[in-house]
Amino acid sequence: MKKDPKATKKLYINVDGYEMEDKFTGLNSNLKIEMLKKMYEIRHFENETEQFIIRGMIHGTCHLYTGEEATAVGAIYAIKSDDYITSTHRGHGHCIAKGADLNIMMAELLGKRTGYSKGKGGSMHIADVKSGNLGANGVVGGSIGIATGAALTCKMKKNGKIVVCFFGDGAANQGIFHSSINMASIWDLPVIYLCENNVYGMSTSIKEAFNIEKISDRKNAYGIEGLTIDGNNLVEVLNAVSYFADRCRAGKGPVLIESLTYRWSGHSKSDAQVYRTREEIKKWMEKDPIKRYREILIDGKILTEKDDRDLEKEVISKIQEASEFAKESPFPDPSEVEDDVYA
Amino acid sequence: MTRELTYLEAIREAMQQKMREDSNVYLIGEDIAEYGGAFGVTVGMLEEFGRERIRNAPISEEAIIGVATGSAITGMRPVAEIMFSDFITIAMDQIANQAAKISYMFGGKARVPMVIRTAGGGGTGAAAQHSQSLEALVAHIPGLKVVMPSCPYDAKGLLISSINDDNPVIFIEHKMLYKNKKYIADVPEEMYEIPLGKGDIKKEGSNISIVATSYMVQKSLEAAEKLSLEKGIECEVIDIRTLRPLDIDIILGSIKKTGKLLCVEEAPVFGGFMGEVAAQVSEKGFDWLDAPVKRVAGRNCPVPYSLVLEQEMIPGIGKIEKAVLDLLG
Repeated sequence: MKKDPKATKKLYINVDGYEMEDKFTGLNSNLKIEMLKKMYEIRHFENETEQFIIRGMIHGTCHLYTGEEATAVGAIYAIKSDDYITSTHRGHGHCIAKGADLNIMMAELLGKRTGYSKGKGGSMHIADVKSGNLGANGVVGGSIGIATGAALTCKMKKNGKIVVCFFGDGAANQGIFHSSINMASIWDLPVIYLCENNVYGMSTSIKEAFNIEKISDRKNAYGIEGLTIDGNNLVEVLNAVSYFADRCRAGKGPVLIESLTYRWSGHSKSDAQVYRTREEIKKWMEKDPIKRYREILIDGKILTEKDDRDLEKEVISKIQEASEFAKESPFPDPSEVEDDVYA
Repeated sequence: MTRELTYLEAIREAMQQKMREDSNVYLIGEDIAEYGGAFGVTVGMLEEFGRERIRNAPISEEAIIGVATGSAITGMRPVAEIMFSDFITIAMDQIANQAAKISYMFGGKARVPMVIRTAGGGGTGAAAQHSQSLEALVAHIPGLKVVMPSCPYDAKGLLISSINDDNPVIFIEHKMLYKNKKYIADVPEEMYEIPLGKGDIKKEGSNISIVATSYMVQKSLEAAEKLSLEKGIECEVIDIRTLRPLDIDIILGSIKKTGKLLCVEEAPVFGGFMGEVAAQVSEKGFDWLDAPVKRVAGRNCPVPYSLVLEQEMIPGIGKIEKAVLDLLG
């Protein structure tokens, strides 16, 4: 992260009982604006994706990240560009924040040959190993072990990298959550387990699926650090992940962060949302992470209202370009069906 | 230079030599450090390679395979040990949904160079959850390679190839072969590879072809020797060595000569791997067959505890001999 040379004095904040440096304030303005742009990219990418779903151009299943943008962007901008992430079935946001090419992503969603997986993966299987994105995952909790293994590589190769492992509240009740975090703890692996608690695992609310107040309380079972943060506040996400990333890099072992957020759309395209109320959705939409972050930038005079409108317009046209690229791209040839089964 | 090694020693030597050569190779598994693994395969390796590379894991099969997978994608070459092949089912999401599919799902953009070593098979009186032969389960999944060595020479060469391979390989060892003095054999001291996907004719013969896997290769060889001595019947015994990729050509080549095929495997016959062999032979080699393909395999039940029942469940030499005689009419 590039720091503003003028901001020399460190500020400290308290997040869920942890005294940590406010790294956000010291970041340079361009980076602060870039994060807003990434959030817009996610929001409008998902809007466009939804249109493709409605028109039947994206088939199978697809899970939108709308409403959770601050968690992906804040966490990924808190780590280095060559650090690793693993993602989830609701993975477009992580992928975009990690720097994926929007054209290639959209092409994959449309099952095109030009997509990240040459049309073989789709929404739930986008990876870009070169950029450190070890992949979305169609199995709830499926990537927790993989993230832990990547952290073992970092430790064994002493390459100074760390891993951010995104997963949802639902995954926290899978066996792999338990066995992986325990293993990372006994071996002091540099991995941040970032639980995006978006209130529902498909239709089942956290109230129905947990008998504890905070998912981060499970840190005690593994002898690791952890806390709960406001996942719709980019500044808080960035500061908390930065703080624990430093700790991981210093060899102090894994951490469990619970990021409280909410998915605005249904679980997937076939969700009638009978399990939640309009009032609840409205309440969470008022906590829109983009709106909140934009206000911080405007209040801080980092961005004007006009800059903001221009930025959003620029993003919308970029998404349109991605959309056109995807639509114009060819489908794979049926003869390619058995390619890439083996390396 | 060669010297005599047991099957277990040959496996250990393959790992030791690869670990000396490539610092990315490491072991992960339960009780593999001081204890040396449940069957003693890794005895002495902790002393040479240390705790970083001989990773003694908690009893967490799913995490062991998940961690091996994640480390493989990012540049390591893990050799994971699952103590009993029965326990691969605990790690099945990581094996079947993750490791096996990563290359394909990501359009070839990621590789998973890992080996899962596991001890399969019965005959030890250990009953239903410590004796299974689950190779068909994994061989069915595109993206996995499946290897089942039957002797020390093959075990070493195939394990070196498996570690060098850029795909997830399930390497199924047989408990009855590990330390058995009967199967000690000459093994070269230097490293050598046996390519995955190449079968081996363990005994030539002209009257009937027997195709078998793992310990059943040894039992088939014993049956063949008896039939030769007592009845003058010459069986050709083919060890397919790797189930996936499958060397169907070596089997077709043999039936061209003999016209008859007996398939022998330890797993329950229903849905077993030899069903695949029989189907491919009937598709590709029907014209050379002068009798239907016959199978000798495990009975359709879990592996029972009582030795009397276990011997009935698992194919023995007598059943192989009888099947050969039946096929020859």
